Amino acid sequence: MATVFIALQKNEESRAIVDAILADNPQATANNEPAMVKVDAPERMVIRRETVEQEIGRDFDLQEIHVNLVTLSGNVDQTDDEFTLSWV
Amino acid sequence: MHIDLRTVSITPLRQTYNHIAERMGADKTASRYLEATMDLQAETNFHYRSTWDPQYEIHDRKRTRIVMQDWYDLKDPRKYYYGTYTRARARMEELADADYKFVETRGLAAAYDDAARQTALAFYVPLRHVAWGGNMNGLYQGDYGFGTAIVQACIYAGMDQLGIAQYLTQFGLLMGGREALDAAKKDWLQAPQWQPLRRLVEDSWVVEDWFELFVLQNVVLDGALFGVAYQEVDASLTERAGPVVSMLLRFQIEWFDEVSKWVDSVMKTAAAESDANKTLLAQWYRTWRPRVVEALAPVARIALDDDGAPAVARAMAAVDARMVKAGLSV
Amino acid sequence: MDTKVKTRLNLRERYNLMTRDLDWEPSYQSIKDIFPFLEYEGIKVHDWDKFEDPFRMTMSAYWKYQAEKERKLYAIIDAFAQNNGHLTLTDARYLNTIKLFLTGVTPLEYMSGHGFTHLGRHFKGAGPKVACQMQALDELRHAQTQLHAVSNYNKYYNGFQEWRHWHDRVWYLSVPKSFFDDAATSGPFEYILSISFAFEYVLTNLLFVPFISGAAYNGDMSAMAFGFSAQSDEARHMTLGLSVIKFLLEQDPDNLPIIQRWIDKWFWRGYRVLTLVAMMMDYMLPKRVMSWKEAWEVYGEENGGALFRDLGRYGVKVPMGWEQACKEKDHLSHMAWNVFYNYGGAASFHTWAPSPQDMDWLSSKYPDTFDKHYRPLWEHYAAEQKAGRRFYNATLPMLCQTCQVPMFFTEPDDPTKICYRESTYKGDKYHFCSDGCKHIFDNEPEKFIQSWLPVHQIYQGNCFPADVDPTQPDFDALAEVLRWYKIRPGEDNMDYADSPDKRNFKAWREQATTN
Repeated sequence: MATVFIALQKNEESRAIVDAILADNPQATANNEPAMVKVDAPERMVIRRETVEQEIGRDFDLQEIHVNLVTLSGNVDQTDDEFTLSWV
Repeated sequence: MHIDLRTVSITPLRQTYNHIAERMGADKTASRYLEATMDLQAETNFHYRSTWDPQYEIHDRKRTRIVMQDWYDLKDPRKYYYGTYTRARARMEELADADYKFVETRGLAAAYDDAARQTALAFYVPLRHVAWGGNMNGLYQGDYGFGTAIVQACIYAGMDQLGIAQYLTQFGLLMGGREALDAAKKDWLQAPQWQPLRRLVEDSWVVEDWFELFVLQNVVLDGALFGVAYQEVDASLTERAGPVVSMLLRFQIEWFDEVSKWVDSVMKTAAAESDANKTLLAQWYRTWRPRVVEALAPVARIALDDDGAPAVARAMAAVDARMVKAGLSV
Repeated sequence: MDTKVKTRLNLRERYNLMTRDLDWEPSYQSIKDIFPFLEYEGIKVHDWDKFEDPFRMTMSAYWKYQAEKERKLYAIIDAFAQNNGHLTLTDARYLNTIKLFLTGVTPLEYMSGHGFTHLGRHFKGAGPKVACQMQALDELRHAQTQLHAVSNYNKYYNGFQEWRHWHDRVWYLSVPKSFFDDAATSGPFEYILSISFAFEYVLTNLLFVPFISGAAYNGDMSAMAFGFSAQSDEARHMTLGLSVIKFLLEQDPDNLPIIQRWIDKWFWRGYRVLTLVAMMMDYMLPKRVMSWKEAWEVYGEENGGALFRDLGRYGVKVPMGWEQACKEKDHLSHMAWNVFYNYGGAASFHTWAPSPQDMDWLSSKYPDTFDKHYRPLWEHYAAEQKAGRRFYNATLPMLCQTCQVPMFFTEPDDPTKICYRESTYKGDKYHFCSDGCKHIFDNEPEKFIQSWLPVHQIYQGNCFPADVDPTQPDFDALAEVLRWYKIRPGEDNMDYADSPDKRNFKAWREQATTN
């Protein structure tokens, strides 16, 4: 079974994104590494704009993820509302 | 941790990279532009020739008939390296974005005079395809150009054209919806007024000498087109129906003023290098000028009626004047 | 026209209007004339519109988010320089990894930008064009931010100042230079396969994670900030690589064998370049992140394994040479650093033998191989150095015709035997470090006979300054090559132990921490 992951620079903005991922993906786990946070999930992970907006307290465009993105693994699909990584 | 280094003298061994110091004639602090640009492109000891064009090296001066002793004389007066370029464009983007939001949320697009709207859509929206052509040509110049100084600036200009194409798309969507884009594309492909310009754009895609293409695209075509579109037609529409459309053209208007400084600088430096260059540049200018005038006349008529051809003449004369100032005999 | 009814377009629809809808089928010029390079490689594309860019960035978004990244990055670079950040490095030995990076990798970023510029113009589909154009900008970004981030080190330490000159001439730097020259001279489809897929997807984590983490672990905030900032661009690059290979495989089954050949070639070439990273991780970082073996197991075997399982449904096989890379993981860094220790006189960075503590770490990370094969070598060198006979090899190594790495690699199943392979082509004999490199040559001999091999060039007399007279009794070939290389003896090269870098770092640190 293959893991998908996303790694973000560790800062104030990405904290909201990580919290949103953990809220929407019950099987995801966050690992702290020097200066970055890596979130793993089995097979599939969805980042929802709405959830991020709740966490961050303002409007959020999913393309903003690029500012703090370090690396990722999995097939990417992006809409206005969801950013998905999957190996399926 | 606060380190009081007032008493510590850490004398640097050098101020900059050696090749930069050599070019400046002394080892002194170099600007970020110089450090990012000078000699960044390889020039020697290439390992292989391309399988698709083996007559040339990977980077080859021979891809143009223009000759420069030092291609790095073509420095950008705007001092654009990636960092300054993106930050400048982000500032422009922020302003343009605010203007689009302003117009949209206040219903100014919907309230705009309908006749003027038809004119604006019919004239501006097909230009998104011209800009797509300009994007391809900027990348061509960047691909075959020599030396990071001119190459990076050509790539930036090409990406700017893509941005302009996207702003014109946004313009069409805001002022006329999806249908406006479809109608504009139909005109671009079929309407007789647009064919000379479309033919010119497609012909530009097979020009071989990248510096000739620079003259065609950046000097002659953009020079005349932007003069017509973002001065002449813009003024005409503002007079007819107020400044709403002008607000939505902000990016292009600001861009043209800025990019002209670079274009003029390149032409001036290349012309001053040698009589051979000067002659060649003028020759290319004289070759493409009538094609551009011929292509823009029917297009200008869409927005300006009988003042179309005179407007093109005025815009073209402004480019002539710039080139004379740059040292060319046009 | 009713402008009051506005259907809300989704991201995908908007993006299509912003890209592929700008394009059209030309009438006045032929596709073949506008896009002359699309057919000769034999790749078949029937519908360019089937390529979908997952990130869908407009230029507005690009400028906005990239500018934000630039502002943050330069704030850190400035702060680091203003506060003499180099004094908080673990140890100035660390800087030799950055010297290797600047001279070996930074010029490749520019060449990569060049390659993507070419594709940005010469690919036909709007989707791949725009993605390639943005990558061209990104690569330019990487080259320039690296030059800026390292600029401060150049002021205080040696081995950075002639990066352009060295990249084009010095013996080990032709390894990375020839790698990207090979890509840039290949056709557009091979280019995107080699760089976007093989390099930017399969192998990228093996280059970037060691360097960035190495920076983080050793107090290099400047390079670390650069690394993190660049990595977010890399995520887009990786995604392009993965989506483009799937696109090509789905376009026509005839593409599979061509693509497989390229996967085999470029995995092997890329892997050979990573030799420099392996030795960097295991021998050059004062504070180590992980061993090459560990990095290979995570980023190579695990991640790569998942990837090739995913691609298996198209008929793609694990690259030829994969097994050898797995076998080599216990040996690669040790063999490589040994060669650089040997030839440290002709390198523009410092080398040194591992300390007893270093060797204990190496033993623990390489329990099957280090003590058996490599510790005796290092202990011997250390003893020699202690006795005042620090060993510098005065000959020149034979380079592999394809990857141009010195031929120190051992047989995959026998670490006591150097691996030699050869081919004869048009009456000349060519030498290779491995089956993989021989295979690459045999497929494209006309290309690889062109290689500008630094050692061959030296022996042919092409690497001396113009004023050299070999007939003079005091002619010293190595010294003259160093002069041509612009490597200053005792300053840029040789052992760290006796270097100005070491002396200066110590003196400045003391000044900053004592009264």
